[in-house]
Amino acid sequence: MGAKTLYAKLWDEHVVHLDENGTALLYIDRQLVHEVTSPQAFEGLRLAGRRPWRVAANLAVPDHNVPTRDLAAGITDPVSKIQVETLDSNCAEFGITEFRMSDPRQGVVHVIGPEQGFTLPGTTVVCGDSHTSTHGAFGALAFGIGTSEVEHVLATQCLIQRKSKTLLISIDGQVGPGVTAKDIVLAIIGEIGTAGGTGSVIEFAGDAIRALSMEGRMTVCNMAIEAGARAGLIGVDEKTIEYLRGRPYAPTGELFEQGAAHWRTLVSDPGAHFDRVVRMDAAAIQPQVTWGTSPEMVVPIDGAVPDPQDEQDPVRAEGIRRALDYMGLEPGTAIRDIRPDKIFIGSCTNSRIEDLRAAAEVVKGRKVADSIQLALVVPGSGLVKAQAEAEGLDRIFTEAGFEWREPGCSMCLAMNADRLEPGERCASTSNRNFEGRQGQGGRTHLVSPAMAAAAAVTGHFVDVREL
Amino acid sequence: MEPFQNFTGIVAPLDRSNVDTDAIIPKQFLKSIARTGFGPYLFDELRYLDRGEPGMDCTHRPLNPTFVLNDPRYAGAQILLARENFGCGSSREHAPWAIADFGLRVIIAPSFADIFHNNCFKNGLLPIVLAPTIVDDLFARANGAQALRISVDLPEQVLVLDDGTRIAFEVEAGNKERLLKGLDDIGLTLEQADAIRAYEERRRREAPWLFAIAG
Repeated sequence: MGAKTLYAKLWDEHVVHLDENGTALLYIDRQLVHEVTSPQAFEGLRLAGRRPWRVAANLAVPDHNVPTRDLAAGITDPVSKIQVETLDSNCAEFGITEFRMSDPRQGVVHVIGPEQGFTLPGTTVVCGDSHTSTHGAFGALAFGIGTSEVEHVLATQCLIQRKSKTLLISIDGQVGPGVTAKDIVLAIIGEIGTAGGTGSVIEFAGDAIRALSMEGRMTVCNMAIEAGARAGLIGVDEKTIEYLRGRPYAPTGELFEQGAAHWRTLVSDPGAHFDRVVRMDAAAIQPQVTWGTSPEMVVPIDGAVPDPQDEQDPVRAEGIRRALDYMGLEPGTAIRDIRPDKIFIGSCTNSRIEDLRAAAEVVKGRKVADSIQLALVVPGSGLVKAQAEAEGLDRIFTEAGFEWREPGCSMCLAMNADRLEPGERCASTSNRNFEGRQGQGGRTHLVSPAMAAAAAVTGHFVDVREL
Repeated sequence: MEPFQNFTGIVAPLDRSNVDTDAIIPKQFLKSIARTGFGPYLFDELRYLDRGEPGMDCTHRPLNPTFVLNDPRYAGAQILLARENFGCGSSREHAPWAIADFGLRVIIAPSFADIFHNNCFKNGLLPIVLAPTIVDDLFARANGAQALRISVDLPEQVLVLDDGTRIAFEVEAGNKERLLKGLDDIGLTLEQADAIRAYEERRRREAPWLFAIAG
């Protein structure tokens, strides 16, 4: 057997059956379930008279619709309320463990999976949510699926899959102070484009990736989907194993050590072949800010909004023109001169304790600028919130003028009451700046938590390293 | 799922790259717990001038006259033509549900995002990848005064334009069979139930930590 990539190892361990047409029946170890993409899957099970194949392999949580304040009042939007109640009743009917809205462990599905140790190295993890790529940070093969496939996994514990190509992205050397995982992944997407990873599983490697905490690695893998990748992966090391030790759903005692011994082999072998390799110099990566309506429309903080006249390709030039029109920006505008109306710190990309610490460090002793209409901090889970409060981070934020909210997806996609109004501009730590993503007509600039905090206290985008 | 039948249909040219699933079906409509009824809200923010909400009667909403699906030339279109990376972003299957519910059956683009591409085949939709130069040519034809009509032949994997031009396309064998027979994936997989159980037995021995979900 020759040198294998991490992806090939994970794939080979999960093939139940190879079909002659080249597809494989792949075993799924873990499924995370949320309220938006599961009701039709449960309904399908019921209509066909089927039961879940392996109930314990599923963990459910409502996150997209949940309000981030006045939880005692419940959900006021009747349509959202029905969707969350439908998840509650489906989980009760089929015996699936669910962290309900009132549960202190409730939170964003991609935050709680790792936090609970439900996500383990060497597992296949799926969820009806594209940001399932997050869990690849643990050396798990994790990818988003549609609702038909959610039903398929519930009923069979398997999926029909075709092997992907492999793309190695190596971030060589170390990033400078103030440059975070979010800046790394935005720079990667700027480099390879939003379709750069299509058909591929990306393995992130290099010293700069190794140096990241597990939280930072999750941020990087989370946005692999924004590069179009099927999944993102990072090889297992001692950080991965120590993060999981003692987590509620992780194995314990001897079983944990047995697992860990195997997990340490979950790295790409030296000399393993990748279909494509991209190398980037970590030291050249600066804090990033998106200016347009696709995550690839990104520049360093010292940059400026591009001019469509400089673009040779007519389709791309038209894309830039449309994005500038939507974003209300003139070509050549310095990123530093852009002034957000709202600040959102949260989402499955950047709502973990390290993210909140990074933002609080910038905010401490400062005030939110008068021009900012609303600055929100939405922790990723009830446990993140409790940890942050134990460290006093909530007081740092509220004293500066931020609102400290309850956990959920919130303004990342605005399915609850937290949204942008038409024309409003937001510095957001989320993952997508698509038209209308944070509310119809809303204008999103994606940044790291530290950069969002810096924009909040100065009223415009600024290099956090200069504060 | 209904088997895919050959047909001849009008092509609606949506001249955009990176059309994301948030654009195809905005988030407020994802609150539905049904699989049907999304067609009136397809491309809601591009198609209408007002703000769409779930349950709204769309028959009297103000239409955006510049949006392709509101152009009388393309009324009744069954084929959507778009640019690269169509269907990127969120995994929401509501996107192909809305497209199919609207009456579209084929999407032609130079490339598709993976999850969306996969979701199409679960819902009787045929996504066709063609070379950018061919897509350019189709846009030029579709933008003419007369709408372009294309005959789609899935068994033969060929598109026939109204002037007789034939364009071959690729489709993965399993996906082709799934569309042509309208197969139920879950039923097929459950035919492998013994293999799945055997796999689980082996894994319980080899990797017992995977099955120790306490909670």
